[in-house]
Amino acid sequence: MISINAAVIDLKRLELLADLDSPIHRLDARAKVLVTLVFIISVASFGRYELARLLPFFIFPVAIAALANLPPFYLIRKTLLISPFILMIGMFNPVFDHTVLYQIGQTEISGGWISLASLFIRSLLTVGAAFILVGTTGFTAVCQALERLGVPQIFAVQLLFLHRYLFVLADETGRASRARELRSCGRRGLGTVSFGSLAGHLLLRTWQRAERIHGAMLARGFIGRFHAHRRGYFGGSELCFVVGWSLLCLSLRTFDITTTLGTLLTGVFP
Amino acid sequence: MSHHIVEVKHLQHTYPDGTIAIKDVSFRITHGESVAIIGANGAGKSTLLQHLNGCLEASSGQIRIGDTLLSKGTLPDIRRTVGMVFQYPDDQLFMPSVFEDVAFGPLNLGLTDDEVVLRVRDALERVGAGHLTAKPPYHLSGGEKKRVAIASVLAMSPDILVMDEPTSGLDPFARRQLMALLREFQHTKIFTSHDLDMVLELCQRTIVLHEGVIMADGPTGEIFLNDALLAACRLEKPFSMQGCPVCAGRNGTEKTLQHT
Repeated sequence: MISINAAVIDLKRLELLADLDSPIHRLDARAKVLVTLVFIISVASFGRYELARLLPFFIFPVAIAALANLPPFYLIRKTLLISPFILMIGMFNPVFDHTVLYQIGQTEISGGWISLASLFIRSLLTVGAAFILVGTTGFTAVCQALERLGVPQIFAVQLLFLHRYLFVLADETGRASRARELRSCGRRGLGTVSFGSLAGHLLLRTWQRAERIHGAMLARGFIGRFHAHRRGYFGGSELCFVVGWSLLCLSLRTFDITTTLGTLLTGVFP
Repeated sequence: MSHHIVEVKHLQHTYPDGTIAIKDVSFRITHGESVAIIGANGAGKSTLLQHLNGCLEASSGQIRIGDTLLSKGTLPDIRRTVGMVFQYPDDQLFMPSVFEDVAFGPLNLGLTDDEVVLRVRDALERVGAGHLTAKPPYHLSGGEKKRVAIASVLAMSPDILVMDEPTSGLDPFARRQLMALLREFQHTKIFTSHDLDMVLELCQRTIVLHEGVIMADGPTGEIFLNDALLAACRLEKPFSMQGCPVCAGRNGTEKTLQHT
C-alpha cells in the first residue's frame, strides 16, 4: 500500500522540519501556539461573504514560513491536499445561495460563489497556519504547550498518544493491506468483505496493543497522572512575538485595511 | 538483600476463554540469580512473566517479592522493585521522545528534575543509546528501540530485571551487545527466550515450562544435556552444543568418498 506508506513518510517530514534551527524554531512553543490561536480565531470569525479582508492575513504564514526556512512548495502542497474536503463542504453554497453580490460587466456573481471562495481561503489560511506551527515546533511540543497553557491533561495526553501510535497503526495497516494485495493477484480480492475483516482485525489489534501499552505504563509506576519534565522559557522575545502578531491580527480583524489602502491608492492615482 | 527474592507458590492462571495457561507453578529465585524460563510457543512463559509485576492477576496461588506479598495494595512498591522489559518495544516506548520515555518511570517515582536528567543520561549511556536522546521512538531501528526500552526500565533502578524475549529481532552484533549489557546487571535476572545459546551463556538456572506446567528446574547445563526432556517439551539443544553441521557434512563426504 504505497499511498499509506507515502503518507506516513510525508508526515514524518513535517515532524523533521521542527528540528531545523531558526529564530522562529527557537521561540517557546507556548508563544507560537498562542499566536496561531489568535490568528485562527481572527480569520475564522469573519462573515461568510468576506473575501478581500482575508487577503492581508496571508502575511502571517508567508512571513513565518520564510523566517523559519520551511520549504514553501511542500507546505502549499500539503495545505492544498485538504481542498477536496473544503470543496465538498461548500459545494452546495452556489446552488442554494443566488443573492447577487457583485456584477462585473454582464456577469453576476452570487453570494454562494463568494461564500465558497471565502471558506476556501479561510481554510487555506488556518490549515496552513497549523502546518507551520507543527513544522516550526513539533507536534509533541505543541501538545505540551497546550497543557502548560491550561488545556486539561487528558486531552493533551490523548493527542500525544494519537500522534505516537498513528505511525505504528499506519505501518500495520500498510503491512496488512500489502498482504491482501499480494494474495489478490491484481484483482479485487474478495472486495469490500475482505476490507471489512481487515478493518476489524486492525481494530482488535489496536485494542490489544492499548492493553499492552497500559500494562507497560503501569509497570513503570503510572498511577493516572502524567509528570511532565518542564522545559522552555517564556522570555522577552516570546512576549514581543505574541504581542506583535496578536496586535497585527486583531487590527486586521478590526480595521478594513484593504479598503483603506484601496481608497488611498485610488485617491492618489485617480 | 531479601527484597531480591522472587517466590511463586501454586500459581494458576485461567484466561477468560477458559484456557488454563499456567497450572500450579511454584519456584523460588534468590538474590543475584540469573534464571531462564524456556518452553515451546504457548507454554505459558509470557503469561507467567506478566504475573511477576502484577500485569496479570493470578486465578489462584501467590507471589512474593522479597518480604512483600503481591496484592493490589503492594503493587506500586513491587513495580518499582521488578523492572519489566516487554517483548515488543513499540508497546513500551509510548512517549514522544526517547528522553521523555526513559524519564517516565523516574518521574513517576517522584524524583526531582535534576535527578531525573541524571538517571536518564546514565541509563541511556549504559545501553549505548546516549546519542538517541532527542529522537522520537518511531525514528529508531528495532535494535535501538530494544536498547531504549531496557534503558527505560534501568532508569528506575529495579532490584529484579524481568525480560520477555530480550534478543528476539536483533541482529547478531546488537544481540552480543545486549548480552554483554545483561551480564553487567548484577541483581536478579529472569528471562524468557527461544535463544537457547543466550540462555546457556547468561543463565545458571533454567526452568522448563510445558503446557503451563514446570517440567524441569535446575542448572542450565544439565537441562540442555537431557535430550528426552527437551524433545518432550518441543525444544532442542542450543546450537553451540550441537555438532558443527559443516564439519559433520565434510566428514560424511570423506566417508562416502572412501567407500567408493
